[in-house]
Amino acid sequence: MATDLNILSANLNEAFSGKVVSLVEYLGELTLVVNAADMLGVFTRLRDDADLRFEALVDVCGIDYSTYGSELCEDGKYLPDAPRVGARFAAVYHLLSVTHNIRLRVRVYADDDAMPVLNSVTGIWPSANWYEREAFDLFGIIFVGHPDLRRILTDYGFVGNPFRKDFPLSGTVEMRYDAAQQRVVYEPVTVEPREITPRTMREENYGRS
Amino acid sequence: MAEIKNYTMNFGPQHPAAHGVLRLVLELDGEVIERADPHIGLLHRATEKLAEHKTFLQSVPYMDRLDYVSMMLNEHAYVMAIEKLAGIEVPVRAQYIRVMFDEITRILNHLLWLGASALDCGAMSPMFYTFREREDLMDAYEAVSGARLHASYYRPGGVYRDLPDSMPQYQASKIHNAAAVKKMNESRQGSLLDFMEDFTNRFPGHIDEYETLLTDNRIWKQRTVGIGVVSPERALALGFTGPMLRGSGVVWDLRKKQPYEVYDRIDFDIPVGVEGDCYDRYLVRVEEMRQSNRIIRQCIDWLRKNPGPVMTNDLKFAPPNRESMKQNMEELIHHFKLFSEGFHVPAGEAYAAVEHSKGEFGIYMVSDGANKPYRMKIRSAGFPHLSGLDEMVRGHMIADVVAIIGTQDIVFGEIDR
Repeated sequence: MATDLNILSANLNEAFSGKVVSLVEYLGELTLVVNAADMLGVFTRLRDDADLRFEALVDVCGIDYSTYGSELCEDGKYLPDAPRVGARFAAVYHLLSVTHNIRLRVRVYADDDAMPVLNSVTGIWPSANWYEREAFDLFGIIFVGHPDLRRILTDYGFVGNPFRKDFPLSGTVEMRYDAAQQRVVYEPVTVEPREITPRTMREENYGRS
Repeated sequence: MAEIKNYTMNFGPQHPAAHGVLRLVLELDGEVIERADPHIGLLHRATEKLAEHKTFLQSVPYMDRLDYVSMMLNEHAYVMAIEKLAGIEVPVRAQYIRVMFDEITRILNHLLWLGASALDCGAMSPMFYTFREREDLMDAYEAVSGARLHASYYRPGGVYRDLPDSMPQYQASKIHNAAAVKKMNESRQGSLLDFMEDFTNRFPGHIDEYETLLTDNRIWKQRTVGIGVVSPERALALGFTGPMLRGSGVVWDLRKKQPYEVYDRIDFDIPVGVEGDCYDRYLVRVEEMRQSNRIIRQCIDWLRKNPGPVMTNDLKFAPPNRESMKQNMEELIHHFKLFSEGFHVPAGEAYAAVEHSKGEFGIYMVSDGANKPYRMKIRSAGFPHLSGLDEMVRGHMIADVVAIIGTQDIVFGEIDR
């Protein structure tokens, strides 16, 4: 596997010279970072190049990096403890090549924090359709060129992006059946936010003598 | 001539053949489906968000509730992601136990699938037979973890405890007299391994029984042959994995191609289909049960001969045993820290995938060095399958939708997460 990763990283550096922002191997997994502007060209080549042949898109995962490394938590929301360096939102693509039996992770950061926009890869891998809808729903990342960018997991008429770090764990609304009105009504949430085990950071090798 | 218009129909969310809470909006031309739009999320519990607010150990039971018919396989991917990130060595005996329970879980899942999807197509009896065998396997779950379904038996670093030496026994009751109970307890006199060995002896015969009911059954074939055909290229592009991909003839199984735990030491075969229709996927799953049976037998043989630890001895991740915890200060501190603050996983990211009974089930874990994951993404197998439903059902009849939902082995716990 390790030699395969070396060959793959050499192939990637050759194929995308100048477009590779970073290429890191960690725990036997290769992570490629490319710019949002280059992503469609890179992904198409990743699928079609005979040395790469990533036929399957296994997963697309949205990430909100705003509180990375922070311990702060208030009202069920995680908060940043220092001004952030770099973009807030990213989409992480997990690719699989059945031909070469190898995996690759590609991370693309969305440049604008206030309105994260990325290109849709549904034209390259149809399986991206629902994954991008999910990232749109949960993180508010907009995928340009997606044929049907609707919410997917949350309720009809839901407001907000629940997996952002500044969205409280207990949510903002709760619903119940109102016997008088004979319908389901939405009300502001009454759950008290609480954190039983606080989030803590420790130095490396903490507790090891 | 009357004007013919397309009309839309709601299928579910309260429909027994929707396998849970699927709301499917079907656009119909007569009885032919023009477009299917699955609305999911009715079972969305935000497991990934909950995991961000729980320590690593506290999230293990949540994993059982994802795909609630293959509980231990979900746990397996989760603990593997943590082990990869933290660099925890798992004892070999624990790996064999995990492989054995993975396969028990796979049989559990396929038995439920077989009964339920046959029932969807009108065959009543397989359900009764498959649930008879599921009962034995759930007894194995209960013997080892105390729970029949949501086991939370796998832990980062190994498994919760070693296999028990005795099986729980049936008691005489109003329904069963002493003679009946004695007969029921016959296979439960020895250890869990004896019980499982007895099961593996019986089980191939039981599979033959199911096959007698279905494989050459004319009605079953009419409902499944040529229905929901997916070409190999299309299956890959749509992100299909597991039996859905192998049914289309792609030889892809993570247990063989990217072996984890001790699968590389075990002898088994990967069945693949030819046509890529519902019938081939049925045959693939039935053969998978036979292969799982083979794997379980090999695990039993190895586990009998090789006693040993089932949990890593690194006290930063594994709890100390009760006796030393009550006598030794350091162990007491370890125990306290482990169950209050939890352990810390080094910063980094890792993706761990297992060959789940439904396909590739992966956990993508991002840690920033805290005692809770920074972000955890669950790559469930059923999610891309259901997204491909629209393409699979176009041009088919309404009744075929039921057969195709059945063949996809949809479970909403993992799709909605």
